[in-house]
Amino acid sequence: MSPSLQPSAHLTAQQLVEHALATSSADDCIAIVRDTTSANLRWANNTLTTNGVMTEVSMTVVSFAAVGGGVATGSVSGSASTLEQVTALVTAADAAARAGSPAEDEAELVGDVTSPDWETGPETTDIGVYDAFAPALGEAFVQATAEDRLLYGFVNHDVATTYLGSSRGLRLRHVQPTGHYACTGKDTSLTRSAWTGGATRDFRDVDAAAMAATVAQRLRWAERRIDLPAGRYDTILPPSSVADLMIDAYWGAGARVAHEGESVYSRRGGGTRIGDKVAAPGVSLFSDPAHPGLECAPFVIAGASDNTDSVFDNGLPLGRTDWIRDGLLTGLLQTRHSAGMTGQPVTPMVDNLVLEVGDGAGTIGDMVAGTQRGLLLTCLWYIREVDPQTMLLTGLTRDGVYVVEDGEIVGAANNFRWNESPIDLLNRFSAATESVPSFSREWGDDYFSRTATPALRIPDFNMSSVSQGV
Amino acid sequence: MSAPGLDPTFSDLPHRRLGDVALARAQELGASHADFRLERNRYQYLGARDGVLQTASDAEDLGFAVRVVHDGAWGFASGVVLTDDEARRVAETAVAVAKVAAAMTTTPVELAPEPVHDDVTWISAYETNPLDVPTSEKAALLVDWTQRLRSGAAVAHATAFLQQVQENKYYADLSGTRTTQQRVRLQPGFEATGEDAESGIFDSMASIAPPVGRGWEYLTGGHWDWDAELAEVPELLAEKLKAPSVEAGTYDLVVHPSNLWLTIHESIGHATELDRALGYEANYAGTSFATYDKLGTLQYGSPVMNVQGDRTQEHGLATVGYDDEGVQTQSWDIVRDGVLVGYQLDRSMGHLKPELNDGRSNGCAYADSPGHIPIQRMANVSLVAGADDLTTDDLIGRVERGIYVVGDKSWSIDMQRFNFQFTGQRFYRITDGRLDGMLRDVAYQATTTDFWGSMEAVGGPDTWELHGAFNCGKAQPGQVAAVSHGAPTALFRGVNILNTIDEAGH
Repeated sequence: MSPSLQPSAHLTAQQLVEHALATSSADDCIAIVRDTTSANLRWANNTLTTNGVMTEVSMTVVSFAAVGGGVATGSVSGSASTLEQVTALVTAADAAARAGSPAEDEAELVGDVTSPDWETGPETTDIGVYDAFAPALGEAFVQATAEDRLLYGFVNHDVATTYLGSSRGLRLRHVQPTGHYACTGKDTSLTRSAWTGGATRDFRDVDAAAMAATVAQRLRWAERRIDLPAGRYDTILPPSSVADLMIDAYWGAGARVAHEGESVYSRRGGGTRIGDKVAAPGVSLFSDPAHPGLECAPFVIAGASDNTDSVFDNGLPLGRTDWIRDGLLTGLLQTRHSAGMTGQPVTPMVDNLVLEVGDGAGTIGDMVAGTQRGLLLTCLWYIREVDPQTMLLTGLTRDGVYVVEDGEIVGAANNFRWNESPIDLLNRFSAATESVPSFSREWGDDYFSRTATPALRIPDFNMSSVSQGV
Repeated sequence: MSAPGLDPTFSDLPHRRLGDVALARAQELGASHADFRLERNRYQYLGARDGVLQTASDAEDLGFAVRVVHDGAWGFASGVVLTDDEARRVAETAVAVAKVAAAMTTTPVELAPEPVHDDVTWISAYETNPLDVPTSEKAALLVDWTQRLRSGAAVAHATAFLQQVQENKYYADLSGTRTTQQRVRLQPGFEATGEDAESGIFDSMASIAPPVGRGWEYLTGGHWDWDAELAEVPELLAEKLKAPSVEAGTYDLVVHPSNLWLTIHESIGHATELDRALGYEANYAGTSFATYDKLGTLQYGSPVMNVQGDRTQEHGLATVGYDDEGVQTQSWDIVRDGVLVGYQLDRSMGHLKPELNDGRSNGCAYADSPGHIPIQRMANVSLVAGADDLTTDDLIGRVERGIYVVGDKSWSIDMQRFNFQFTGQRFYRITDGRLDGMLRDVAYQATTTDFWGSMEAVGGPDTWELHGAFNCGKAQPGQVAAVSHGAPTALFRGVNILNTIDEAGH
């Protein structure tokens, strides 16, 4: 592929899509254009470090060709700012499809659906999204320096407009704003550390001064250090930590691998655990593209096929999908292909996740107030799967493990390495708050920021060993 | 066979013209430093499962970036439209970003000096670009692998994959450096899973073949014995499914390079990045226990521990001729006789500590795409083999009660790189100096300096292998980088072993 050297900066995404579909000589073609702008600020040691504004227009072309025994596909992605670039992508995708072997996930392509705003141009962001935030952050640096604190952090805002067109008549458009903020604070001797962070769609609800104040308060909580050994502790997991764990539970919920006996959702002896009790009564885990504040694409966008995605499913409508309802496993991540294998409904992945507990009530402050002796975590870090059969995860606590006595925070403990299964925790928790918008420290930045979760209290959380890290 | 040349579809791009336009505009707007990077990365991923090609996708990332220092602040912008107007606009945006940043920049940015490298070209060592091999040939290979694995009685399902990358970069800066580079790397892999009908336990066994900075010849030449491993893995899986669960406790470990590379990566590689040690990653990946005040005094490990950083090693995944700040790459000591003696540097970190490396960066700046700002990234960081020429059998022979660890699996370490936990593919009990059958459910957990301090002996050059990863994550916005780590087999005394079933509890 050799991109054009000719200037052609004014092509619209719709023109790129129509050119791809018109150019393809395959039996069917899907063109996905993604127009993204992003702006970020990063800081460390009370000074700004690396900052930037990025723009990107990329296209994925998926071609479908009848070959002996079925339909083969070819998927090619690349930068797309000229018609020549698009032509090159289409040519490569068509050739790949014709040279391919029959796809196992072959299904009837979705057709003839048009978004009302199909003709609208892309939405964008720029450095101006921080017009209010940036000066306040500068003031926070000055205050932190005066009060012997160091601030480290990152804010990012991006707006991605996706156009999905197909030779079967799909013309779908979706605009996805995504933003998040996080700030870590340390005392100048680097013996105490605190963190706060969250997700946002437009930064109008993010206050740099409040963010810095939260970090300062948490550093004060840590002025008293209480060393604790490894062991099982009555532990309050805040919504951010619950989000971390539920994202792993969600990503590990592929129906095919469960059906084939390779996950915590597999039934011993064969098949999936759909219909089985996997969590305590009252626990619901679901996704919904229309969930207020967590809105995401209401249709499938798949550039390539794998265990949980199928290019044949592009354009399938997405709605509320219950994964766990009242403690019972009700759904797994399904393409139409895996749904055919497992005999279960088609429930593709949705780009948000909500955990609710039926009798969950109050706030995390209420939960602290009701704790006689226990730990309050800030967030979890470096989470990896140790054993897929139990979905045993390992990871660490980070930036504040607070000791609660008689309903009050009385100091900060050392950090711990923990070993736990999120599925097991959904059976063992002893209390839950209301669900609130949350932000996964581990996965929220780059992968999955749209979550709403409660705080959970775990009576015997396994702190496997002490970490000296601060 | 003649060495590969620069891909003409890259060299035909207007990188020089756009670079000159962007740099001139940045200079006109008052930038004290400006660099321009035009980059094209080509990827292909193929995945097969149970005799069927499941995923085949090609991707190409093409664009350019302008980075400036203006009034002591960084500014960065990127674009994808390859026109003079867009080059000017992106340069102007980078300066505008720097102006926003200037009000909040309390430590002015300065860069360590670097000689001018005028119009140099560098191409990595490979014979055949895997992206030039017909996709059907590669797909057939993966399908064949899964079919061969499934012929094993214990194997219920088998997967195989192949990730390939061709990376082209053109770099230019206001000082006059112009570099053009091309790298190729690939990562093949496969895994078999199965269930023991009696116990209901399922488990997996994966290839331990490393990703490499080589071409298609890695899969067809004599660099790795694929046939032997494909034949061996089903039998290893069958043995693992029947193996007894480990008893938690303290054991001596003999660790094969296919496992030790990841421990090196996490507990030495990241810990000796100077940006981390100085706090520049504190909000994300974390800091380091190996703080700058410990340089020259920190007893990192036992006296047999010697570690080098190397951006020049042939076939290494982090190997390149010039980094993304125009610095010619180098190799250097990080740990010598067990003591911390060096860090990984980019130009801004090098300026902050001019006493290191004679005031020069050691070439560790890297951006994974034209849309990302270069940051300090890891060199190939490797444990040096011992001079005594010890074999793996020699090391096993020194152990009365221990475990021999082969292949990597799960990994996790804290944000200052103290506390880690790793698992592996295969664990063999060692009894009285001999292997004594496989064990299951093993994880080793330690503190970095305790672990390396317990290293009693390292194997000789014949045990040394280069392993590594494609997907090391760092920075905000997140970037990935490929990096290799070499190691000999090594012997560690008294390491804490967990039973992962016990850890799951309940």
